[in-house]
Amino acid sequence: MLGLGDSWVFLAYVLCILSTILCVTYSFVNWNKDIKEDISWLEEEV
Amino acid sequence: MNIPLATFITLIYIGITIYLSWLGFKKTRSAADYLIAGRKVHPFLLAMGYGATFISTSAIVGFGGVAGFMGMGLLWLTFLNIFVGIFIAFVVFGKRTRAIGRHLGAHTFPELLGKRFQSKWIQIIAGGIIFLTMPLYASAVMIGVVRFVEQTFHLNYDLALFIFAFLVMGYVFFGGLKGVLYADAFQGSIMLLGMLILLVFTYYRLGGVIDAHAGLTALKTRLPQKFIDMGHTGWTSMPVIGSQLWWTMVSTIVLGVGIGVLAQPQLAVRFMMVNSGREINRAMGVGGFFILMTVGVTFVTGALSNLYFVDHFDKIAMQMAVDPVTLKPNIDTIIPIFLNSSMPQWFTYVFLLILLAAGMSTISSLFHAIGTSFGRDVFQQFFKEATHKKTIIITKIGIFIGFVLTTILAYKLPGSIIAIATALFFGLCAATFLPAYSGAIFSRYISRNTAYLSMGCGFFAWLFCVLFLHVKESSALGLCNLLFSKPSLCGDSILAFVDPIVISLPVSAVVAVAGTLVDRAKKKVS
Repeated sequence: MLGLGDSWVFLAYVLCILSTILCVTYSFVNWNKDIKEDISWLEEEV
Repeated sequence: MNIPLATFITLIYIGITIYLSWLGFKKTRSAADYLIAGRKVHPFLLAMGYGATFISTSAIVGFGGVAGFMGMGLLWLTFLNIFVGIFIAFVVFGKRTRAIGRHLGAHTFPELLGKRFQSKWIQIIAGGIIFLTMPLYASAVMIGVVRFVEQTFHLNYDLALFIFAFLVMGYVFFGGLKGVLYADAFQGSIMLLGMLILLVFTYYRLGGVIDAHAGLTALKTRLPQKFIDMGHTGWTSMPVIGSQLWWTMVSTIVLGVGIGVLAQPQLAVRFMMVNSGREINRAMGVGGFFILMTVGVTFVTGALSNLYFVDHFDKIAMQMAVDPVTLKPNIDTIIPIFLNSSMPQWFTYVFLLILLAAGMSTISSLFHAIGTSFGRDVFQQFFKEATHKKTIIITKIGIFIGFVLTTILAYKLPGSIIAIATALFFGLCAATFLPAYSGAIFSRYISRNTAYLSMGCGFFAWLFCVLFLHVKESSALGLCNLLFSKPSLCGDSILAFVDPIVISLPVSAVVAVAGTLVDRAKKKVS
């Protein structure tokens, strides 16, 4: 396990890398998306 | 270290920062420009600005030192910083904050809450809390820079502190948020490059990734008995579950900062600066990588410093950090000592720039948030007729008051305070603001009264824990001792080591959820 002392620290080490990959992947997949719908209720409430 | 060369490099760095701030000043034509950079920020500026503001000398020096003491278990905080602090913050909170902030015409975090709940008092109270408590965090960041500058230039601490604080205050004062953002991008780039070099050098010096980890794992035989009694099991494994050290690591360090980041006013306002959700998408990849390379590298380096110190000085990091005057270890000195003793001479100059960049980028945003809280959220709510020009002037006065408060605190705070003060402020923001902020952007039913109740219960629950339960603060503040003749109402129980956020955030969240359910029922009836 990369020379680490227990599986919890190994898991944290791996999750750090995986969550970075998640951020980068999400960024590229949605590069031109998400430029109306969800907050129309604000018109009534505020 | 060659002092004239270090001074020359520092002056060039400061010159570039001042030039970028001047560029921001030239492009600031309205109050909206000064407060939220005109809502037209480039994704790269958003990512680097968010990352450089989030990651300060507190993370590098303070929490890096904590990793030298506690070990690589702190990587759970790195994971939360990336997954919660970037992914959840950008995708779940960021896009809605941007859209709702723009819709309501909000320019600050308290103003977003105030306009959403149609209550100027929510804006005033939130602004007041930020104005009065943010200097605690700013002073922790400042101590991190000044301690390194003091050691590097052999400058008097008080003089180094004043020069640094005055310099940052000056460029925020004139450049507004545009100046802060341009400087952030430059400073963030320096941090990214410097930490990449540090990662490669540290692993290279210690024989590669697996050998370095294995060497550190084998080092657990060098743990002092005092550490073992606290629950320490070594620098590459988690502390004993439920032990004093485990609670400190998990509740204060990991949860306090890992969750608290979602309700940081100086970070939430960043989402209101971009033109659409697309910019937030584009910024996220850079942001995630930035956090991995700064926080992740710092925590790994801090833990591995033990291996280097034992190999070269036959001492672990906490023994290397013993202050010759107090004879107690000062955690905040572990990273500077490690770098000064293990890295090549030229890297000391690079690290000096990393720390200056990390400190200046965070403090500039904090000073800006303190100033806008005072000018926009408190002053302008009492004097509605104030012109935009007057708002900027009052904001600048707020920045100056923030500078004075921060500098005084940085003079007064004791050693080993950086990580504690940071976690305290993050915990306060989470307990007070997070449930109300979540309700504001996700629920159409949450009412003004529910927001008041949630913020009030969260704040006072946090304050009660700090004053009477969490022994680290309650013993230092002394009120519990004065009233009950003991440092904490929890006595010797393990509860005395449970961070205030573990109690106060659930209190605030339960009040917000219960209140929203009642509000929804009322609206359906009416």
